[in-house]
Amino acid sequence: MAVVYGRSAGAGAATPTVPPLAGARRARRRFGDRGFREITRAAGLAPLVLVAGMAAVMAHAAWPSLRRFGWAFITTSNWDPVAEQFGALPFIFGTLVSSLLALLLAVPLGLGAAIYLAELAPRAVRPPVTFLVEMLAAIPSVVYGLWGIFVLAPWLRTWVQPALGHTLGFLPLFQGPPYGVGMLAAGLILAIMIVPFITAVSREVLLAVPRMQREAALALGATGWETTRIAVLRYGRSGLIGAILLGLGRALGETMAVTMLIGNRPEVSFSLFAPGYTMASVIANEFTEATSDLYLGALIEIGLLLLVLTLAVNGLARLLVWSVGRGPTVVRE
Amino acid sequence: MMTSRRVVVGLLTAVVVAWSCGVGPATAQLLINGAGATFPYPIYSKWFDEYAKISRSVNFNYQSIGSGGGIRQITARTVDFGATDGPMTDEQLKAAPGELFHVPTVIGAVVATYNLPGNPKLRFTPDIFGKITKWNDARIKDVNPGANLPDQPIVVVHRSDGSGTTYIWVDYLAKVNSEWEQKVGRGTSVKWPVGLGGKGNEGVAGQIKNTPGALGYVELAYAIKNNLPAASIRNKAGRFVEPTIGSTTAAAAGAAAEMPPDFRVSLTNAPGPDVYPIASFTWLLVYREQPDEVKGKAIVGFLWWASHDGQKYAADLLYAPLPAPVVKQIEAKLRQVVYQGRPLLAAQ
Repeated sequence: MAVVYGRSAGAGAATPTVPPLAGARRARRRFGDRGFREITRAAGLAPLVLVAGMAAVMAHAAWPSLRRFGWAFITTSNWDPVAEQFGALPFIFGTLVSSLLALLLAVPLGLGAAIYLAELAPRAVRPPVTFLVEMLAAIPSVVYGLWGIFVLAPWLRTWVQPALGHTLGFLPLFQGPPYGVGMLAAGLILAIMIVPFITAVSREVLLAVPRMQREAALALGATGWETTRIAVLRYGRSGLIGAILLGLGRALGETMAVTMLIGNRPEVSFSLFAPGYTMASVIANEFTEATSDLYLGALIEIGLLLLVLTLAVNGLARLLVWSVGRGPTVVRE
Repeated sequence: MMTSRRVVVGLLTAVVVAWSCGVGPATAQLLINGAGATFPYPIYSKWFDEYAKISRSVNFNYQSIGSGGGIRQITARTVDFGATDGPMTDEQLKAAPGELFHVPTVIGAVVATYNLPGNPKLRFTPDIFGKITKWNDARIKDVNPGANLPDQPIVVVHRSDGSGTTYIWVDYLAKVNSEWEQKVGRGTSVKWPVGLGGKGNEGVAGQIKNTPGALGYVELAYAIKNNLPAASIRNKAGRFVEPTIGSTTAAAAGAAAEMPPDFRVSLTNAPGPDVYPIASFTWLLVYREQPDEVKGKAIVGFLWWASHDGQKYAADLLYAPLPAPVVKQIEAKLRQVVYQGRPLLAAQ
């Protein structure tokens, strides 16, 4: 290695050929390092530029709608393409409600399955079940949608909704005629779609929890449940929250299956039986035939809002992971 | 380093060779780009195939991105022709950089379909739409004696995606129901006062099939192919007419007498005894002044062929062909398409 620094020392006749070659190599290496750094820097900045560029282009295209409706766009619910009156509240409401409903159903199921697969299941059961769960994540959403239309919605209409209406009909959540399709169907299909994500990621997180954690808890006399709760779940909680948020991200942006099942009615209704609408669905439905600038602008503004909503949810998620990660019980190896 | 440089040079050579190979033959052929309506896409692609056999030097590329996209692209001149299921508005025509012609190609119809026990053949009068809420309403019962109509709410199913099918349906509703015209109006998407939205013909049909008491609308072609029940509708002349290819063509024949010169005419509720009242032209959009002589000639030649010989393919694909008087009117229109003032249509 000393030869590399030989340019200043190698002025003498004793080292006639090596120093220039080494100098060239060094220069080339320095050039290579710099090039590598610049390329990765460009790659690292590309997402930022892309998001900023997308936001700018969308804001520009949404300008007619932004200028015309202002804040009323997100606080009113009249969506009338003929009269060119646009209020996006029902879509925002539908996106949030269907995604939260999906989380409510999917988190217990997904986490439960992950705990079983990582902690409790017999060795022979783990690989096939894990494989099946991961395969569920690969099914295209249009297939879920078709299954939803032809199996889930009729089942909801003939069995689940009448039963819920009879027993819990006093709650505003379960009132109205049973159509099958609607907010409940959309939430259910989203839950089914995000369970595999939550399960697969949570399982990896739980497997990464060190054995010593469990052994320590067991040595202190903890039962199996206590070991899982105190030593495993708590240790991996920031990762588990990440898994749940990955599912939420997918639910917020899911388009096809939801469009096929939510009923596509732009109304804010507190009944889960009633049809609703989501932001992604209205864009998918109406974009191709939107002819006027204002109409197109309104649809693009919804896309912009979806982008903002996704960023906000991800920001909240970061905050949650950060605040949880500071907790006192994180044990280091 | 040397090896990677050699790889780069090799890749570049490969790209250049591939590019020149790909471009070589294409320059010999004329490529005409179009975009727009999805509804006539099956017949258009059939036409492009058949026409390529006759006129080997012309190739068509058609993107079925929706009528809205077709109108935007022809207005921006990014395509050589557009296609639309609903006529352009006066405002849209004014926004275009040149005079645009609407050329009708085929006629489509929209049918009312439903889900009732046994799916009886029903007859509807125009006054029921937007007015009744139950299947056993006297206004349905009176014209359907003997049909088993349950005491059940009508669940309305409509298209959730913007579509020419919706435009034709609500255009008819606006003509027969003045309240609809004032409160809802016409458009490819409208603010529906009631009902559930299904995506595409298949979404609407699936929803109807799974919902007892549902009532919705789909394209005639889709209803025939999938054996869906379709109601006869009482037309302007007071007769109940079943939706068929024949009764759809009759709608255009009925409207031919009062055809405006720009063909922007609605065929819904058209006069005539055998007319099915929920029908519409679909149009190709071309500039009167063509910017390119060779392309312009090819487009006009194709339109002539499509409105004459091409019509025989329509019925097989469940579109209604143009009636003879309308074809005569189209001939006159095609003679007006020019390049620098000279008509492009070769003597036929």
